[in-house]
Amino acid sequence: MTHSTTSISNINRRHFLGGGLFVAMSFATPALSQSSAASKLGKTNDPKDVDAYFAIHADGRVTLYSGKVDLGTGSRAAMRQIAAEELGVPTSRIDLIEGDTALTPDQGPTSGSNGIAKGGMQIRQAAATARDALVKLAAQKLNLPAADLDVVDGTVRPLAGGKGVSFAEVLGDRRFDVKLDAKAPLRKPETYKIVGHAHKRPDVPAKVTGTHVFMHDFEVAGMWHGRTIYPPSVGASLVSVDEASIKHIPGVKIVRVKDYLGVAAANEWDAILASRALKAVWKDGPTLPRHEAMKEWILSSPQVGDEVIEKRGDYQAGAAEGARKLKSTFYWPLQSHASLGPSCAIADVKTDGATIWCSSQSTHKYTSSFAKMLSLPQDKVRLIYIDGSGCYGMNGHEDAAADATVMSRELGLPVRVQWMREDEHGWDPKGAPQLIAQEASMTADGKITAWKTEMWVPKGTEKLPNIPLLAPESAGLPQVPGLSPGGISGGGLPAYEIPNMEVQVHWLKASPLRPSHLRAPGKIGNLLAVETFMDELALEAGKDPVAMRVELLKDKRGVEVLKRTAEAFGWDARVKPRKDGKGRGIAYTKYKNAETYVGMAMEVDVNVDTGAIAVKRVVCVHDCGQIINPDSVRSQVEGCIIQTLSRTLLEEVKLDGKRVTSVDWASYPILTFPLVPELKIELIDRPNEPPMGAGEAATAPVSAALANAIFDATGVRMRSVPFTPQRLKAALLESKTSTG
Amino acid sequence: MAKYQFTVNGVQRTAELRDPDEPMLYVFRNALGLKGVKYGCGLGQCGACTVLMDGEAVRSCQIPASAAVEKKFTTIEGLGTPEKPHAVQAAFIEEQAAQCGYCANGMVMTSAALLAHTPHPNVNDVKQALADNLCRCGTHDRIVKAVMNVAGGR
Ligand code: FES
Ligand code: FES
Repeated sequence: MTHSTTSISNINRRHFLGGGLFVAMSFATPALSQSSAASKLGKTNDPKDVDAYFAIHADGRVTLYSGKVDLGTGSRAAMRQIAAEELGVPTSRIDLIEGDTALTPDQGPTSGSNGIAKGGMQIRQAAATARDALVKLAAQKLNLPAADLDVVDGTVRPLAGGKGVSFAEVLGDRRFDVKLDAKAPLRKPETYKIVGHAHKRPDVPAKVTGTHVFMHDFEVAGMWHGRTIYPPSVGASLVSVDEASIKHIPGVKIVRVKDYLGVAAANEWDAILASRALKAVWKDGPTLPRHEAMKEWILSSPQVGDEVIEKRGDYQAGAAEGARKLKSTFYWPLQSHASLGPSCAIADVKTDGATIWCSSQSTHKYTSSFAKMLSLPQDKVRLIYIDGSGCYGMNGHEDAAADATVMSRELGLPVRVQWMREDEHGWDPKGAPQLIAQEASMTADGKITAWKTEMWVPKGTEKLPNIPLLAPESAGLPQVPGLSPGGISGGGLPAYEIPNMEVQVHWLKASPLRPSHLRAPGKIGNLLAVETFMDELALEAGKDPVAMRVELLKDKRGVEVLKRTAEAFGWDARVKPRKDGKGRGIAYTKYKNAETYVGMAMEVDVNVDTGAIAVKRVVCVHDCGQIINPDSVRSQVEGCIIQTLSRTLLEEVKLDGKRVTSVDWASYPILTFPLVPELKIELIDRPNEPPMGAGEAATAPVSAALANAIFDATGVRMRSVPFTPQRLKAALLESKTSTG
Repeated sequence: MAKYQFTVNGVQRTAELRDPDEPMLYVFRNALGLKGVKYGCGLGQCGACTVLMDGEAVRSCQIPASAAVEKKFTTIEGLGTPEKPHAVQAAFIEEQAAQCGYCANGMVMTSAALLAHTPHPNVNDVKQALADNLCRCGTHDRIVKAVMNVAGGR
């Protein structure tokens, strides 16, 4: 199998805008600029134009252009379902092109769980506008009023019966030339035949038979294989390179640009051998905190201001009303995306333009970074999305692309960079650490009068176009500096009716390693703090955790989710922990206080001698509004639960003061099959409500439900993630000595 | 450069290699163009690179070409195709047991090897057989269900 003859399985090349171009683009690699690609095709990418999203072909097929990409979430099925339903064609007739900046509209990054909620709804509206336009054109052809026509199976037909005209006859290979109409009437959810059903994902057969072309498998004619030599410490400068150290490996080229060092060879294994053998002298960068001392580092780190970011009522006044005071603190560590396949990308840089193939979740957004780095106009840089190994915000995909770009620019060849395992674990941008403290006041009769959450988290740089990349930094190429930890301060308040609350953030100037958005940034740690504190308050008030929450929750959908969670789990109400090694815990969220509702209950067994935690079963009730594809939602919820259990039980990036030392799966373990609990997931479908995201919401309550279950089993509160056996054992010993 | 011969998916294949220690992972992917096998760690820790060698699931990143001469390999491409999937692959499709799918090669090959030796494993056998295969997306539950579907019963 060579890739000059292999098609990308998610793209039907024959229908790629009438053929021809895709082959040229993939392999002959002229650095097509967006404008030239677009003008050749007469294709617009303006998100306000229907032609940006849809093309109707003469053979009756439809191409859907999506700026949002499928990261393994199932959106490749769901986007087709949305378009097919609204347009009136079967999904099998729709070809989908994703994330190619020359061909797709810029719908923003695929992140924040907004692929369907925002991107899908844009596509729905474009499809409705397209259908409206097709019906109007057909009305002229049929000489009938548009109101007497409907679309069935890609054909516009008289409602009264009789012969219709197909989309191809109406508009085959011609443009719509209509603007997206925000008011174009949508089909009624009661009439849905495609949306709401578990359509199979088109990419799964290829993925499980080894024929799916991942970024890692993609090839460009004449490309070389590059490897970056990352320094022995973060921020190190390159003093000298011993070129003779790789003399024994023929045909290797060294790329050195300021502090950037890489090797490239026609043969991949030669590039790997050279990257291992090459000797270089580096001067260490500034000292970093060690992971064991991160909390102290955070508290002593320079701050750029305090800010009350959320406020209800008057905290001070409320605090004065409640005589009983409670406090709790939490630490969430630095974590890695730890993608299973290290990042990979190919760049082909020419003097007048560049084409970059990568798995970025934000191809459109990142054209500006690559253009700046190469001092090219933005429309001369084309990023083409190809599926990568799972990414949950921003891993090393863009960095591998920047490495490839630097090397391609220096060597004048297309270069493929495949990060090695230690590169991914060591250098992917990290989920930032968090320190969270809470205080609440309660009256003698158990009424919560005031709640305050304080956070110490890095401050994101305002108006930062993109997270800075490693290669331009080390090579001294232009890019906009700054930090972007994502919406890390979100979700700091409980969802309950408490009269006086505020969230105060102590913004840190720096972050120990370059931060990025790791799935549900900040929200898991914040909800861990909030929802365990609710349990502490319930205990103080002498109430059962579920009863207390239901009592204080006014949102009807939320109450339903909570009650159904308790019921599906078989919740046994108690006002005190069992402390016999077996426990159950619950947590609830309305994600970002505005989106998907999730209730989660968990059962754990704790070995009180070793501190080992076995999660036995997880029940999750999930309401994300209208469901497009229930099986894909379910799959996302499963992923949220399992991945977050992994993050909660096992994961912490380790630093020795110079660099990351947890650079493989032994030093950064993740959850394995024997530790995966039984899952029970109930999806609530609300076809008449707007769809909300499913990619993140169910991560948020995982740590809190687990911590609450551990407390029930042991009477001990885990206040630092990960919940390792050593930590729990130490906490158990401490609680024994303190209670005598 | 020296020539190395292996049987791959029932066909005699030859690779010309400079380094006898080149891991079979790269030989499959580059010299032989079989890209279904994936690089995950190169350390034997993740299972993404699993192939069958003389019927046993092995990690191709840990097998130098010189140690693989005259061995019989099955890669995922030799197991089945989208049109004619192997029973394990068909079950993975039925259960939609892939998110990003980068781990799928290792999951499918390890499961196929398990079922070849133990046609009726229980859930724990399956979890143990896959204990050293990593998945970052959290597809575990579906993978176990898919294998159990082939195995029949619980
Ligand atoms: S790549 Fe071989 S075990 Fe990870
Ligand atoms: S499905 Fe992504 S790593 Fe398993």
